[in-house]
This record gives sequence, structure tokens and C-alpha cells, in this order.
Amino acid sequence: MPRPRTTWPRTGQTPLDDRRHPRARRRRRPSGALLGVVPFFAYTTVFLVIPTLVVVVGAFTSGAGVTLGNVEALTQPAVLAALQHSVVLSAVTAAGGAVIGAVLAYAVSTGRGGGVMTRFVTSLCGVLAQFGGVALAFAFLASFGATGFLTTWLARIGVDTGPGLWLYEWDKGLMLVYLYFQVPLMLIVFLPAVEGLRPQWREATETLGGSTWVYWRRVAAPILLPSFVGAMLLLFTNAFSAYATAAALVSQGSPLLPLAIGNTLTSEVILGQENVGKAMALAMVVVVAIVMGLYAVLDRRASKWLTP
Amino acid sequence: MRAPERWTDAHREGVTVQLMNLRRSYGSLNALDDFTLHIAPGELVALLGPSGCGKTTALRCLAGLEDPDAGRIEVGGRDVTSTPTNRRDMGMVFQAYSLFPHMTARQNVEFGLQLRRRSALQRRARAADMLDLVALSDQADKYAHQMSGGQQQRVALARALAIEPEVLLLDEPLSALDAKVRSQLRDEIRRIQLAVGTTTLFVTHDQEEALAVADRVGVMRAGHLEQLAAPQDLYAHPTSEFVADFVGLTNRLPGVAVDGHADVLGGRVPLLDGSARSGDIVVLVRPEGIDIALDPSGSATVLSASFLGAHGRVTTEIADGHRVVVQVPSSWVARYQPGARVRLAPRGDAALAVAPN
Amino acid sequence: MSGNRAAARRRQALFRWATISICLVFFALPLLGMLEFTTRGPGGTRSPQTWATLVDFGTVSAEYPVLREGFLSSMGLAVFTVVIMLALLVPTMTWVRLRLPHLSRTVEFMCLLPLTVPAIVLVVGLTPVYAWVTYLFGESTLWLSLAYVILVLPYAYRSLDAGLRAIDVKTLAEASRSLGAGWGTVMVRIVLPNLRTAVLSASFLSVALVLGEFTIANLFSRKNLQVAMYELGKSDAKISIAVGLAALVFAFVVLFAMSFIGGARAAAAPVARTGRKESA
Repeated sequence: MPRPRTTWPRTGQTPLDDRRHPRARRRRRPSGALLGVVPFFAYTTVFLVIPTLVVVVGAFTSGAGVTLGNVEALTQPAVLAALQHSVVLSAVTAAGGAVIGAVLAYAVSTGRGGGVMTRFVTSLCGVLAQFGGVALAFAFLASFGATGFLTTWLARIGVDTGPGLWLYEWDKGLMLVYLYFQVPLMLIVFLPAVEGLRPQWREATETLGGSTWVYWRRVAAPILLPSFVGAMLLLFTNAFSAYATAAALVSQGSPLLPLAIGNTLTSEVILGQENVGKAMALAMVVVVAIVMGLYAVLDRRASKWLTP
Repeated sequence: MRAPERWTDAHREGVTVQLMNLRRSYGSLNALDDFTLHIAPGELVALLGPSGCGKTTALRCLAGLEDPDAGRIEVGGRDVTSTPTNRRDMGMVFQAYSLFPHMTARQNVEFGLQLRRRSALQRRARAADMLDLVALSDQADKYAHQMSGGQQQRVALARALAIEPEVLLLDEPLSALDAKVRSQLRDEIRRIQLAVGTTTLFVTHDQEEALAVADRVGVMRAGHLEQLAAPQDLYAHPTSEFVADFVGLTNRLPGVAVDGHADVLGGRVPLLDGSARSGDIVVLVRPEGIDIALDPSGSATVLSASFLGAHGRVTTEIADGHRVVVQVPSSWVARYQPGARVRLAPRGDAALAVAPN
Repeated sequence: MSGNRAAARRRQALFRWATISICLVFFALPLLGMLEFTTRGPGGTRSPQTWATLVDFGTVSAEYPVLREGFLSSMGLAVFTVVIMLALLVPTMTWVRLRLPHLSRTVEFMCLLPLTVPAIVLVVGLTPVYAWVTYLFGESTLWLSLAYVILVLPYAYRSLDAGLRAIDVKTLAEASRSLGAGWGTVMVRIVLPNLRTAVLSASFLSVALVLGEFTIANLFSRKNLQVAMYELGKSDAKISIAVGLAALVFAFVVLFAMSFIGGARAAAAPVARTGRKESA
């Protein structure tokens, strides 16, 4: 026999009690129910909120107390270079990945919705986008390394790529490798948007006298633009935050921001500079947060247009 | 709803539309089977039928959105069978998602005019006219997601008519709307179509809709036309069992054919052309074609009576177990309690009869 | 008879096949490179030696203890992460949906917050936290799953959210409560069985993420599969590349198979709405 749910708090069962304990009125929410979410919030506080606070607070403290020294250390040429390289790498691979991925997404969308080909491509892209890191780095090392089969192939057609050192450079090899997981991610993120284009819009354009070109220029492209830019932003944060691939390929130096942060954790730290890593991490969070904020705005606009 | 005065200068005489012997199949499925339809200038023909009967395929072939496997399509005397859609000069309203989501109502309506390179001034004036015609001038700057379904369809209609098309195509434009909005909008569409005078093809699966708006209704089944006639004609003189069944309600009552008449329900009813003429038959009688009266010695029993607002319906059972539905004035409904005995008699309207299967 | 539509469809099909083929070739090349590398025999011949060794688990465990340790750790981490994630999210999300709807925005925010905190940053912030964890619970690699749950939160949340929405938890709960069920019964006997697909999807995504995770494990000096591969790559490239290729192929096969159960976008859907970072 279920007990009827009471909305009175445990303390004070009657309005009379409310008058005596005016605060009881405020606690009329079913406090029992709130207990149900305590584990979740406790867990996320310990493992998410506190680490974030550690980074934020640590960025502005050092052994001697509150300081801006760590943030100032960010202006060191090495750090600035790493930041700049990261931004450029992320931007270029985001743009390149977005364009190629969008074309691929459109091609896939013209096929049969649940067909084998669509599933195959989507699954493959799912793996390549999520499973990157070390395996991908190895794939490129195996193919483009000094003895890699692609190196030999390219040599045969006259393109000398040397002993494969270009692979480790952030503006050559890394860009290619990053593209390798950016394009699949673009497909996964952008395909739903392309599939959201209603056939009626194309047919309406045609009956009103428009050609394929008109359709793309006046209807499809404007509708897809927010999704496209949003997806590109997502690709940017993806590349910007990536660590594993770069770590697996780059053995010395830290040309990228994530690598620089990683180095502050593993290598010897100069006295007084312990929290520079935290400042770098904070910088990273700020960049990512801004970009993700923009993405959220665009996503909301896109979903208004593409889902009824 | 006002009559459009500024139309006469831009008014076009309606054109003839001819769909001749169209054939279209998808694999083993025959969507259109030797389908022929002539639409007179300025006429509104409704294609009515169950899903899969080919009515939408016929409309899409006319629009150029589908290629027929065989047959010809002529508009205004010109053969347009191989003309691509964007050169056919037809306005189309879709069942759903008609409007471009990233444009306001006004921009949607102006779209076709932009493609025809009208000046901005002309476009503005024309779009304002059209939105006024569909009574949505105050929504001109709203987007599709800010409008109700009915409003969206009205804008779609304005957009289709803005380009002064030779033919207007409506693909189940009201099917996705609420019942109340549906009947209001259907009348408005008809009034606008009459005022503008464009030859129109209207596809629907709702027989009430088809009967209400059309000059002629074509009932389709399995890819061809079963019957094409004015609404009253179609309703009162169906030429086949399918049409009689699909359009309006029918009772199937056993009877005997005698000399061009049918003996049914203890009365005599003239037979329509195309009926089975001898022996035992099944007579298709409409609910409003039967008289009902309370009679303790009657041979029929009331099963239930429903009040439907404008009229009522009484379901009875006759001696041999057949159910008969009778239409009555709504004020009578209360009289007929379940279990009451009643007397039924045919009113004498001509009916279609078929051989028992 | 006109063939406008048919011609247009043919052109489109041509474009589709050409584009997808070109992309597939580019995607396949490095994978082929891996295959080529691992099947090199002495003197330029092809040899399946590496793969034969890999399949022989006994030898692998003996000769490459690092790999064995990494593999087992990753398996354990995957299991623990999934269990903790489910135990944490399913009750909380259902509870919020049913009894505390005004908190749903907050919970959503918390679950999506990890998207703005890259793994590398999380590592920096987790260092003091994990100092405590090690102090209290010991050095085992398996405690990494506590951090992995955070990484997994956005994707698992999206999956479960879609599932809860699809089964309209509120109505089910109200119906069962009106028939006399207590909250426990509602959770276990009504909600959970209906969430099977969403739970499976969230679990699979979590497993994929855990198996591909490198950053946190590496920077905390623990050994999981990816770290083991990485370290092995320095000494014996062939076997580690073979492992990498096997992992990729395995993940693909599972995703492909799953897509037939949940529909073509089931494999990608939770990722699509949130966007996945490269497995860091």
C-alpha cells in the first residue's frame, strides 16, 4: 500500500509549526528527493569541479602566494610559439577537415538512408575519429617513415620525402595526421545536418524556377551555414585539445600547447615556475570555452531551422 | 477574404492541362497505369484515393518531379513531357515543410520573383499583394518556425501564386493540419483559386475535402481513374462499388433485382447504371437514404445512436443480422435507445447494386 | 519520354561513388601501411610472423609483459568505468527526470562541462586529487576509471538522455505508481529494462573511449593499452603496430555490427551532437 507523498518537511508537520518555525516554510521542497542526486554532484565535484578550480586558482598562485607571474610566464617565446602553433594547426586542420568532410557528408547523404554503404562509412569514421592517438600515429609512421611503403611509392614517382622527418613537424606531418581524424569527425557531426535538408525545399526551388545552382546558393548553403561553422569550431577544439597523436609523433621539444603542458608534468620544474603549467592549462580552457560557447549559439540556430 | 482587384492586369487566362496515357512503375509496383486526365482552363480537379493509388505520382509527373515511363503531358497545348521542372511554370504547395526555414514569409514569397529578375519595387508590391490575399500581411517578417501549420501553408500558397503560374499544384496541402484549420483553409484555397482562375490539380485522401473544393473529382485506384465527375454526381451516381464505398458511407444490404429496380429493406429502389441487374444482389444504400421510425412491431433493433453535432447516426440490426446505419436529424438521436424496435424503409434514392461475392 | 530525373540521379550516383571511393582510398592507405609494415619478412618477403605471434596469447604474454599488463589494465578500466558510469548516471538522470525536473539543466551542464575541459587540462587539475586517491586507495591503475568516468560523461549523458526521452519515463513512472509500485520497483522493473539500447550505446562508447585513452594514463605514469603500445613502439615496432591495427579493426567491426541493431546513425548519433575530441 503506497504511502501518500507528503510535501511537509520532516520538521514541522502542520501550518501551526510553520508559524512557529517560519524557516520550515522555505524547506517545503521534498528534501528526500534531493538526496537522490547527491552522489552525482559529489562525484563530479571531486573529479571535475575541483580539478578545474585547481587549474584556475593555481594559475594565479605560486609558492609565495597570489601572483600574476605564471600568467606573465605565458608570454615567454617558447610558450607563445606553442600557443601560436596550436592555434594555426587547429585552424588549418579544422578548415581543411570541414571542407573535405562536408563534401563527403553530402556524398553519403545522397545514398540510401540506412544502406550498407552509409553504415560502413559512418562506422569507419566513428572509429577513426574516436580511436585516434597512438594507433593513428603508428599508422603514419609505418606508412611514411623512413622505410614506409608510401615513402617508397612516392620516391618511385619522383617525390622525395627524405627520411620521413617531415612527419614530426607540426606544420607538415602533424597537419596531415590531424586531418586524418578531423575529416571523419566532420562527417559524423555534419551528416545529420545535411540529412536534415528536406527534399521539399529542393523541389520547391525547382517549381519556382530555380536551377541546381540556385538551390545551393540561395537555399541549401545558407541553411547549412550555421551547422557548418559550428562543426568547424568543434573540429578546432578537437585539434586544439589533442595530446596523444602529437605525443606519439613528436619525441623532443614541445611545439604544441598540449605537449608543453604535458612536459611541465613530467620534466624537471624550475623553482618558482611550478604553476606555469596551470597557467597554460587555464589559457587552453579559456580558448576552448570561448569556441564551445560560439558553437552552442550556432547549434541552437541550426536546430531551429533543421528540425521542425 | 477580399477579392483581388489588382489582378485583372496580370490575370492570365487559365490553360488546358492534359495527362495522356501516363505509365509509371517502381520495380514491380505500378504507380500509374495508363492514366489519362484532361483539366479544363480554370478548373479545379481533385484527385482522390487511398494511399498508393497513384494520385501523388500523377501530380509529381505533371510537376516534372517524376519522369513517366510512357505517355504525354501537355500544358496549354505545348508538350512539356521532357521539359525540366524549373521551366514548367507551375506553382506547387507541398504537404509539409513547404517554406524555406531561413527566410521570412515575405522573402519566401519574393523568391520566385527574384529568380524572374523582377525589380525590388515590383517584388515588394507583389509579395504584399499576395500576403494580403492570404490574410497574412502582419506575419510578413516572421519565420516558418514562428508560424502555425495553417499559416505556413497559406504563405506557401502565396509563394506559389506570386509567380502567376499556368498551373497550380496542391499535394495534400491540408493533411498535416488540425481539423478546424483544415476546413477553414480549404474554403479559402477554393475562393482564391476561383478569383485567380488558375487551372488547378488538388490531391487528397480526404473525400470530404475533395467534394468541398473541386469542380470535378477523380477517384483513383491502383494507378488509374475509376470515375471522374462533379462532386454531386460522384456522390449520387457512383459507377463502381469502390467509388460508392470510398466516397461517403454506404450500407451493404441484400436485395433482389427486379425489372430495373431493387427490392431491399421491404421497399423498392431504382438501380443506377452499372448495377448488377438480376437475381440476388447487394445494394449500396447511403445512410441518408433510409427512413427510420420507432415501431414496437418493427423488424429492426437499435444497437446504438450517436450525436455528431450537425446530424446523428443510428446503428441498427435487421432480421438477418446485417448492420444498417441510418442518418437522422440531431434532435432525434435521444429517441433511439439501444434495444428499441424500429422500422426501416428505403427513401427511394437510386442506388448502385453489385453481385454478391 | 524524358529522362531528366533519371539522368540527374545517375550523375548524383556517380558523384557519390567517386567521392566516397577517393576518401576511402585515403583512409585506407595508412592502414595498409600498417599491414604492410607488420607483414614484412626478411629480405623483402611477406611474412605473417608478427600476426602469428600476436594471436598466440601465451607467447605474447611471456615476451611482451608490458603489452599484457596494458591490455589487462585497459580491460579492467573499461569494466570499472562502465559500471561506475551506469551506477552514477542512470539513477541520477531518471531521478531528476521524475522528481527534480528543475535540476535537469544543471545536471546537463555538469555532464557537458567535460567537453570544455580537455583531458590534458584535467590531468593538471587531477594531480592533487589523485595524490589523495593514491594515498587512500593505493597505486593500482584501475583507479584511473574514476577520471575516465568524467571523460565519458558527455557521451553517456547524451545516449541515456535520448533513451529516456524516447521511452517517456514520466508517463511510465506515473502509470506504474498509480498501480501501486514504489520508486525502487519503478527504477528496476520499469525504467531499466526499457533503457537497454541506450545503456548499451552509452556502455559501448565508454569502452571505446577507455580503450583509446592515452593522455591521462601516460601522464600519471600508469600502464594501459595505449601506453603499452606507445612504449612497445620504441623497442619492437612490429608488434605494437600490429596491436594498433587489430584494435582499429576490432573497433570498426563492433561499431559496424552495432549500427545494424540501432540504425545507421546509432553508432554516430551520441557523438554527433556533442562532437568528440580526438582520443586524448
